Amino acid sequence: MARIIVDDVHCKGCGLCVSACPKGVLALDDERITPKGYHPAKLVDPDGCIGCSSCFITCPDVAITVVK
Amino acid sequence: MAQPTATITLPDYQQERIGSQIAEGEVIKSARPHALTDVVTNYCPGCTHGIVNRLVAECIDELGIEGRTVGIAPVGCSVMMYDFLNCDMIEAAHGRAPAVATGVKRVHPDNVVFAYQGDGDLASIGTAETVHAATRGEKITVIFINNAIYGMTGGQMAPTSLPNQVTQTSPYGRDVSKVGYPVRIAELLSTLDGVAYVERVTCDSRAHIIQAKKAIKKAFQNQIDGIGYSLVEVVATCPTNWGMTPQNAFQWLRDNMLPYYPLGVYKDVVADGFANAAEAALERAKDCPIAQQKRED
Amino acid sequence: MADNTQAAEERVLMKGNEVLAEAAMRAGCRFFFGYPITPQTELAAYMAKRLPKIGGTFLQAESEVAAINMVYGAGAAGARVMTSSSSPGVSLKSEGASYMAGADVPGVIVNVERGGPGLGGIQPSQSDYFQATRALGHGDYFMPVLAPSTVQEMADLIYLAFDLADEYRTPAMILADGMIGQMMEPVTLPPARDPKTLAAKPWATTGHKGERKHNVVNSLYLSPEKLEDTNRERFERYEQIKAKHQRQELMDCDDAEIVVVAFGAASRIARTAVRDARAKGIKCGLLRPITLWPYPTDAIDQVIANGATKFLSVELNMGQMVEDVRLAVNGRASVDFYGRTGGVLPTPEEVLDQIERLAAGQPVARSAGAKDVGSVLPQPIDRKSSYERGE
Repeated sequence: MARIIVDDVHCKGCGLCVSACPKGVLALDDERITPKGYHPAKLVDPDGCIGCSSCFITCPDVAITVVK
Repeated sequence: MAQPTATITLPDYQQERIGSQIAEGEVIKSARPHALTDVVTNYCPGCTHGIVNRLVAECIDELGIEGRTVGIAPVGCSVMMYDFLNCDMIEAAHGRAPAVATGVKRVHPDNVVFAYQGDGDLASIGTAETVHAATRGEKITVIFINNAIYGMTGGQMAPTSLPNQVTQTSPYGRDVSKVGYPVRIAELLSTLDGVAYVERVTCDSRAHIIQAKKAIKKAFQNQIDGIGYSLVEVVATCPTNWGMTPQNAFQWLRDNMLPYYPLGVYKDVVADGFANAAEAALERAKDCPIAQQKRED
Repeated sequence: MADNTQAAEERVLMKGNEVLAEAAMRAGCRFFFGYPITPQTELAAYMAKRLPKIGGTFLQAESEVAAINMVYGAGAAGARVMTSSSSPGVSLKSEGASYMAGADVPGVIVNVERGGPGLGGIQPSQSDYFQATRALGHGDYFMPVLAPSTVQEMADLIYLAFDLADEYRTPAMILADGMIGQMMEPVTLPPARDPKTLAAKPWATTGHKGERKHNVVNSLYLSPEKLEDTNRERFERYEQIKAKHQRQELMDCDDAEIVVVAFGAASRIARTAVRDARAKGIKCGLLRPITLWPYPTDAIDQVIANGATKFLSVELNMGQMVEDVRLAVNGRASVDFYGRTGGVLPTPEEVLDQIERLAAGQPVARSAGAKDVGSVLPQPIDRKSSYERGE
């Protein structure tokens, strides 16, 4: 099963990963705020991630690590 | 060409922060390239500079050239790129990156030297340096970010701003009858004999970003192989100064930028069947006797 | 000329501009970036011929702006590198010089001065003294400025300029003029140094080869405190340069009451005038600054201690170095000025006339043909060409 790990140090909550995800399983986490003051991205449907790395490829802050 | 390393590993600074969250048996599919430092960029959320910075870093990793790469940072939003990459870096004066790159490359021809420049830097204040480094056939790699605006200074009209585009210094829209037309750098440079390779790419989607990386890697590989000057123009966004969300900025790019700045390869001497830019230039001047003279030195 | 990587000291007859080039190569310079301009073209031509033969690079840049930025890049990459130009071209180099200073990148800039402002003329001048000693571009910085007055000094000082630039990580300037650049004199060329034997530059951007952290050559500091720290550190280096590297020549200054201060081409004229004044029994000496920055203030102190009460600054401009003389003298003696500009050279007689006025306690004319003695502005004297005179 694939998933992503978001590095809060780098994520700026731009949401480009959310739009890039072909499965629509990412969202910005309204519950959390990064040290820089952003809502970071998170995987909301862990079963839906296919590990395609579209989010990683689109992320301007290289904040995402994809594992499988 | 060096292949991507089989095993993707985290850079040291993420071992604890991210590595501790990876379970045993899990394999890393994608991670920050090692050529990137842990410095958080100064780019705005959703800025495509970050994507292209990563592509450059990935190419450096995959080609195994970090130890012999010298990058030239411009003036503009990517001015602090010297903090984001682990290779040796020089910060240049506005527009002068190709001249600085020339100096470095002439001293250390075996180094891989690249300049990373925005549209104001490359196509306005540094046009002379750009055109002449290209026509000299400097064996350097240039990454050109064209987002049709001056980002760092707050959204002024750029040499590549589109007709009727509203910016801080074209508040009624770029009036081409008064300030003229945008510069198409890829097309312009493709006419020069010193140029080996020019491609225009963009970064609005997974497929386009993958293509952009291929182009950037080729531009580096060309330098390693001594083929000649290579430039990749990346049509990019500036959500902040365009006044849009990053997502809407991509749509505006597709609607307005790409029709004006068509993607594609504008020059590729290798694809044209030449060993390098010099051979292609010789063929082009085949009817000029003096240009065909063999040199002794 | 012998192979520059091997050549020992040798005595030859050469043109000033060519000596600058030859001595630079002997100092280990293998990279030259420049743009054509009169009256320094022989320097670039000599480099174009010689550098490729000794494994160096001569590159004619698209502009002075590009040339100085190539110097910045090559200097950042650790090489001994130089550019040369004349006054209008040096203005274009001011941007790059500022970045070199700000990023602590060594390199040598030659200015074979011509008259100005604007396009000015192509005759010898010293009208870039302010520009040079106040260090060209924007920002808080200085750089060593060396002023040769003979072809021999062209060789000696450019050799020194490279050493100072490397030791203190700063741009350094040779401020010559069209007269020294164009004249031929016998010269003893310094022995050649192999660039490989020069001190290593661990800060240079050469590629880290996996052996060290990445090097960054940069002049941007967004934190004001950090920027102030770098400026302070740089000014500490400047203090060391001031303490160790003031250079001047003193002639007949041991008992001089009148001291003529002149550098470069003007000093050659002043030297004759001072000798003539001595022959007339006037206690007169010559203080010839060799370093224009740092200014030889210690020597000014010394000649005042020796009894100097009157200074006369003789320059090929409307009065620039005289300000540094006044600063150094600081009210302890009178300071007057005599100069010619636009490529006009004063005669020794003109200078002697002013020395005699000073000796007699009369006011000094600031320039030839002044209607009123002491007038600030020079009046034109008949300098019509033979064509204009109908000859």
